[in-house]
Amino acid sequence: MTAAVAERSRVLAALDTVRDPELDEPITTLGFVSSCVVSAAGDVQVRLRLPTYFCAPNFAFLMVADAYDAVSALPEVRSADVVLDDHFASDQINAGVAARAGFAVSFPGEAAGELDQLRRDFLCKAVLAGTDQVCRSLGLGAEELAVLTLGDLPPSAQLERLCRRRAELGLRTDSAAPLLIDPGTGAPIAGAGASLFLGRARLTRVGIEANTGICRGMLRHRYDTTGAGEEDEG
Amino acid sequence: MYEKNGDKYFVVDSHMHYWNAAPDNWVPGAEQYAKGWIECFHAYMSLAPAETHWSLEKFQKYSEEDLMKDVFEEGHVDVAIFQPTYLKEWYKEGFNTTERNAALGEKHPGMFIHNTRWDPREGDAGLAELKRNVERYGSRGVKLYTAEWREGSRGWKLTDREAYRYLEACQELGIKNIHVHKGPTIWPLDKDAFDVSDVDHAATDFPELNFIVEHVGLPRIEDFCFMATQEPNVYAGMAVVIGGLMHARPRFFAKVMGELLFWVGEDKMTFGSDYGIWEPKWQVEGFVDWDFPDDEEFSDYPRLGVEGKKKILGLNAAKLYDIKVPDELQLKDAEPAAQDDAKLVTQ
Repeated sequence: MTAAVAERSRVLAALDTVRDPELDEPITTLGFVSSCVVSAAGDVQVRLRLPTYFCAPNFAFLMVADAYDAVSALPEVRSADVVLDDHFASDQINAGVAARAGFAVSFPGEAAGELDQLRRDFLCKAVLAGTDQVCRSLGLGAEELAVLTLGDLPPSAQLERLCRRRAELGLRTDSAAPLLIDPGTGAPIAGAGASLFLGRARLTRVGIEANTGICRGMLRHRYDTTGAGEEDEG
Repeated sequence: MYEKNGDKYFVVDSHMHYWNAAPDNWVPGAEQYAKGWIECFHAYMSLAPAETHWSLEKFQKYSEEDLMKDVFEEGHVDVAIFQPTYLKEWYKEGFNTTERNAALGEKHPGMFIHNTRWDPREGDAGLAELKRNVERYGSRGVKLYTAEWREGSRGWKLTDREAYRYLEACQELGIKNIHVHKGPTIWPLDKDAFDVSDVDHAATDFPELNFIVEHVGLPRIEDFCFMATQEPNVYAGMAVVIGGLMHARPRFFAKVMGELLFWVGEDKMTFGSDYGIWEPKWQVEGFVDWDFPDDEEFSDYPRLGVEGKKKILGLNAAKLYDIKVPDELQLKDAEPAAQDDAKLVTQ
């Protein structure tokens, strides 16, 4: 294995940590990385693509910026060039990310602020969806789920994922932490509210999954090539 | 009318189009947007059964004959509701205007309902045009696309002060039905453009208007459903749900249907084919045949029977638009789609 090949797999691993904030899935497995080229000297070029020309520019910006940050943080990388193709705001997004300018500066007059709150809102949805995923496998009723703590649950990939999302929001992940919490405030969900909360959690998961299904279908129509780091959906 | 197993369905296609997106209609200098828009629509068509796909060339500009055949002769539709989308910054004559729709519809009396549209950024001139369209075309509904670009603006919200003037004008002009379609751009761009909370506010403030959220708020089904449980005058427009998921993603379709039946209910869901994105034939036939997969995962969801399908495919929209339904196609006992029937969830 040459150094460049080994480095490319490290770059792809870094890109695996970049998620579509709406779909809560890595941009690699979604097929959004159209190419990833690493030179022997450590210059990286990543090209990104999205399911449509009009995908929301705020989420697109987050993905390009996050990809840039993830790749350029690797110690062996000398330069990182991350470019979004085929999008109505490609030029603004690419220039803004390359200049590390932030969203508001990249879209002068069109944005009132940065995207931190947007990211937070969608992390809350990811926590809701992840809660449904964990609860569903337990086969328990709402009242029983409402008294569980994270430590009561058997270890699973879904639970680890939920804890990672909770940690990103600064929410408790210790074993004594309640399983059902409001992702916005961290407040435990108890008693009669649990049933409605679990309904929302399931609904949120269904919404994200349906969007992901549509996005995958649209991307496949738009591009007939497999993305770098993309896996079969199974 | 569609008949299956002795059951007869009155079909209202409550969300369909007659557009011209061919290069002859592209605004010079905005060709990339006009092209990007129609190619995006065309990609949605790929989610339908392969035998119903069209070439991009036909998709850009289908004919009157195509529409009449696909929607009425083969598509089982009794009444179709035109929903205009203007996009005049990209398309010279507009993408799909009230005038273009009506020019076709007026040749076929009784088969079409001509909705119009408005854009709050057009001020007094827009209000005057709305009034003219209502008088000229008898519009009882409007289609609102909140993400339309206009003179540097990337969109608007229903809660904008100017939008409220237009909603008030709708009430005065006898418009009952407000079809809302959220799109990907809006000001400011750092906020979630698909957020439906402005519909929530407007629906509370205008209780006599019906708000049909097209594409069930996709990609924000969860926000839409949660709002719809609390607002008796909010409906789920099913365009894209059936077309985009039923064939391509049947399990997700079943889950989305389950959630809609649970949160919104079969009295407040209205079928729309989104033609020319998808032909109605396979959607109507597939929906009548559809049931939840026989799987524990779906066991919690409310069931959907023949009566519910009749409501969703036509009777609910017929009620919203006062469309006369032949007696033999009505439900025997139940009354479909009344706002006050809605079961409200209170937090």
